[in-house]
Amino acid sequence: MSASPLVEAKGVQPTFTAAPWRERAEEALIPPLVALLVALICGDLLILSYGQSPAAVYRMLLEGTWGNAYGFGQVLYKATTLAFTGLAVSFGLRAGLFNIGAESQLAAGGFAAALTGLVLPGGTPLALALLVCMIAAGFAGGVVGSVPAYLKTRFGAHEVIVTIMLNFIVLALLNWFIAGHLHVPETLHTPEIHAGVLPRLADIDSRFHGSAANLALIVAVLVAIAVWFYLFRARGGYELRAVGLQPQTAEYGGISVNRVWMRALTFSGVIAGMGGINYVLGYKHYYEDGFASGAGFLGIAVALVGRNHPFGVIIAAFFFATLSQGGLAIHAFVPKQMMDVLQGVVIIAVATAVPEVRRILRGARGRSDA
Amino acid sequence: MISGAAPKSASVVPAIRMDGIDKSFGAIRANRGASVEVMPGEIHALVGENGAGKSTLMRILGGLMKPDSGHVEVNGRDVTGWSTNEAIAAGIGIVHQHFMLVPTLSVAENLVLGAEPKTRGIVLDYKHAADDVRKLSNETGLVIAPERLISDLSVGEAQRVEILKVLFRGARILVLDEPTAVLSPPEVRELWTVLRRLRDKGDTIVLITHRLDEVVEISNTITVMRAGQTVARVKTSATTPAEIARLMVGREVSLSAGKRVQPSGRPTGPPDKGLEARSLIVMGSRGIRVIDGVSFTVRPGEIFGIAGVEGNGQTELIEALAGLRPVFAGEILIDGADITRRSVAQRHDAGLSHIPEDRQRRGLILEYTVANNLILGVQKHFSSRGIIDSTRVMENAMQEISSFDIRPPNPVLTARSLSGGNQQKVVVAREMGREFSVLLASQPTRGVDVGAIEFIHQQLLDARAQGKAILLVSAELNEVLALSDRVAVMYRGKFAVVMPAAEASEEVLGEYMIGTKKGNTA
Amino acid sequence: MNPISFVTQMIRIAIPYLFAASGGVVAERAGIVSLTLEGFMLSGAFAAVLGTNYSGSPWVGVLSGVLGGLIFALIHAVATIRYRADQVVVGVAINLLAIGVTRFFLKLFFASSSNSPRVAGFGGNINMAGFDNPLLWLGIIVAPVMAFVIYKTPFGLRVRAVGEHPDAAESVGVSVKRVRYAAVALSGMLAALGGVYLALDQHQFTDQMTAGRGFIAISAVIFGRWDPIRAALACLLFAAAETLQIQLQGSHAIPSQFIEMIPYALVIIALAGVVGRAIPPAALGRVED
Repeated sequence: MSASPLVEAKGVQPTFTAAPWRERAEEALIPPLVALLVALICGDLLILSYGQSPAAVYRMLLEGTWGNAYGFGQVLYKATTLAFTGLAVSFGLRAGLFNIGAESQLAAGGFAAALTGLVLPGGTPLALALLVCMIAAGFAGGVVGSVPAYLKTRFGAHEVIVTIMLNFIVLALLNWFIAGHLHVPETLHTPEIHAGVLPRLADIDSRFHGSAANLALIVAVLVAIAVWFYLFRARGGYELRAVGLQPQTAEYGGISVNRVWMRALTFSGVIAGMGGINYVLGYKHYYEDGFASGAGFLGIAVALVGRNHPFGVIIAAFFFATLSQGGLAIHAFVPKQMMDVLQGVVIIAVATAVPEVRRILRGARGRSDA
Repeated sequence: MISGAAPKSASVVPAIRMDGIDKSFGAIRANRGASVEVMPGEIHALVGENGAGKSTLMRILGGLMKPDSGHVEVNGRDVTGWSTNEAIAAGIGIVHQHFMLVPTLSVAENLVLGAEPKTRGIVLDYKHAADDVRKLSNETGLVIAPERLISDLSVGEAQRVEILKVLFRGARILVLDEPTAVLSPPEVRELWTVLRRLRDKGDTIVLITHRLDEVVEISNTITVMRAGQTVARVKTSATTPAEIARLMVGREVSLSAGKRVQPSGRPTGPPDKGLEARSLIVMGSRGIRVIDGVSFTVRPGEIFGIAGVEGNGQTELIEALAGLRPVFAGEILIDGADITRRSVAQRHDAGLSHIPEDRQRRGLILEYTVANNLILGVQKHFSSRGIIDSTRVMENAMQEISSFDIRPPNPVLTARSLSGGNQQKVVVAREMGREFSVLLASQPTRGVDVGAIEFIHQQLLDARAQGKAILLVSAELNEVLALSDRVAVMYRGKFAVVMPAAEASEEVLGEYMIGTKKGNTA
Repeated sequence: MNPISFVTQMIRIAIPYLFAASGGVVAERAGIVSLTLEGFMLSGAFAAVLGTNYSGSPWVGVLSGVLGGLIFALIHAVATIRYRADQVVVGVAINLLAIGVTRFFLKLFFASSSNSPRVAGFGGNINMAGFDNPLLWLGIIVAPVMAFVIYKTPFGLRVRAVGEHPDAAESVGVSVKRVRYAAVALSGMLAALGGVYLALDQHQFTDQMTAGRGFIAISAVIFGRWDPIRAALACLLFAAAETLQIQLQGSHAIPSQFIEMIPYALVIIALAGVVGRAIPPAALGRVED
């Protein structure tokens, strides 16, 4: 061959001076920032449609959420559930699987936690009660998550459709159980639990009085750390991410793709299920029909904006919780439903910006050979 | 560069004239000043090895790509850089190697797609479409029932539909890309009949192929390409298959890792060690035997080379040996132990290493760092109680990077950011840097720069000296010849011949590769 | 149980499903995942009430309802086709966005967080049992019409081709993007008609009034194996189960929750291949690169 080595080599990088982490950071951070910008613009329009000043409304939003202890406590409470569902969705996505079933897994987990709290005797030590309730919640979520996992690995049924369908089935089952068997008359919730009631943030610092933030917040952060450790430090995480990135290569590397998928979706369900403790053990102390109310679906948004990184998910959960609580703070001037709109806008903007930003950033690096 | 008798006729305008075509994809130069000239009413063979730039040249003709420089003329008109639709309108029809047919639609539906006949403005006129198909079938001899579903057709029938499809759009210049790769011999004969009939009717046909027996049988003129350039244009009647083969492969300077490196009288290991395959049968996606009863052994301290035109079962053979494709019948043994039904991981433990043919799709996780790619497949040896020992991963990476000269020498770069040659070095480092007794090396130097080729060859020879059993599959004939102790040629899922490398030459192997010579496996 | 009242009630329940499922078939046959039907329906319902309220004419409401669905469909199309965003993610977001937008505008235009005022609508003749609603008749014929479009027109042929083998379609000069845009737009308008029917039948919009009907419709699409007629039969089957549940109410023979599960359970069974495997269009949801 007459060509020089430099010409023959494929995909040659002209320069290696750029630090690799910078490219990755750009790819990870630009989409959420673009989305935030788009959301702000949409927010302005909605606020203006109500004849209000965007600056004033945004200031009010910040004051009502991060500006006072109660508002901040509520943000933390809402972020806790979203962190669980966001971690659940992102765990599946790391293996290349889309778990849309976090909604029903969360509900099943809450239900199991409540049942356990009812069965345990009143004097059970908190640590033990919490542990048992969490195991029950995780188990229930994991059972729900294992169904699409089994159907996928055994029959090739697409997990997106199965998890959606399972949402309806599980929620209907829970509704049947609550409505028909285990509810306080005139309500759709169980009696209050005897054990496992979590201390609230207000018990530690009285300024948080009235807010629902509780010990589950710490559990959520610990779960995020555990997920991070598993994904990036454990062999299982190495294999799981490999399957998510390039299943063919993983198979070549001796990794059983089906086994990883089974594990990923089941544990995704476990994490979502554990999220049930925030409402049941930390807030209301009973299971109420419909308590998940979209937190599972919002978990998709949280995972997406958090770029599937456990700590990104925590931040994204905090962001979406702020939106939700902020809606209440501005409600007197602009209806809180504005935040429902912005949630949708953020998701679409991030989903759109992710492939586009990657294409633009990688376009500069030249095409790999086909 | 153009040699041979180029028939020039002043009075006739060429149907296709492409001149000085350059086309690059990133750093790869697919065409470098390539040229081709085809007269109307002839069957022209465009031959060359894989990656010689034939398909790229024809894609430019069909408007699927634009050339970086050069001229394209069709029937005397300058059409450089035209679009697909313009090419179709001008009568160019490309029959792709991978069928462009919608499997769930009928023959007639596939034919009229994009140019549907209508009645009452909106309704698809099926009767009209079916009649057109039948008429065209009768004219060309390409008989096929218009209402049949594509998914029910045999490969040969599907190809008939492909040809009908371009004719239906009024093509007078047909380009067929490797049309016989998937056909049985009777189907091939049938295709030739059709092509001759079309030529006699005045159509122009370009056949992309690397099967020389076909070229000689069907074509009027031949253009030979090598490494993106046109090396010859000859009249078929004025040449021989051997000469075409020589032009295709070229008289390259022999590689640095030549036969002279082979020590003579090297001790080979005991006969029950190494790799053994017994009557292996592997099924392909269409229920055909892609590996049809192959048996061989690779002893410790031996390199067994498999040559052959790609697509004759080499990929499937390696995948079956590596545990990535189920074995229909037969046995695979490593050091005497039957591993036919073992998983990939269990084969690793039995001492199998594998350099896959496609490093980007199989060999590397492009988003992972070099360090993490270097432990793929052996990750369990780099972890204790489920936790990966990152210190050891980094130590391993630093060591492999320096001993395999991976550049840039930075273990935390993603594999994606490395050049092709360095990506391949990562794969080679991983597979050869660990404990193994048998190595499957599939296209180990594909798309790799000259320096890396030399390096990888030396690694293979060193491993042989250490008593490893190595199975080498390569499309580069000279690579197989330079490294192997024994060579086999694969042709349509079988070994056409097995012989000591010392007795083999490019000319001899070439004839087995293209099927003009069929021997018995020694 | 009166068989005539059973059938009429079943048809009334099935109409929104029939519209939305027809839309879902078109989009999915073109290769675009239709988790968006719920959002398209909801936006159609709201826009219909808005148009009717300000014009006084339900026909204007139908037009504005279709337009509402079209707008959401175009958002979906631009994100997934132009920008190649993940169809599942955007689909989920479209549904959330539709809930948010309808709630926000409910507040803005009608100063309510639960429902709109009563508007003009169709039907109302008690003796006609809902069959004096022109949209009901449209709903009955929509599936056969879509079957005709998909199997007998050039557009339908192109839809089937791009959902199955986009490269083949592109190689013969069919613009995959254009066909997909058209298919998603059509699905948005059809699904919106399902929402329009609901809203104008009830003469008002209520928050989240589609209540998961879009997901029943997508279940029907899958259970009907992406065929308009089979999907329509699935809609009727699901509607029959619901009707049965309503008419058996009080007898407590089967808990209503179990009737609700039927469509979803059938889909899972179909996907698992227990009774003839449901195979989606080959290019469904795939992002080309």
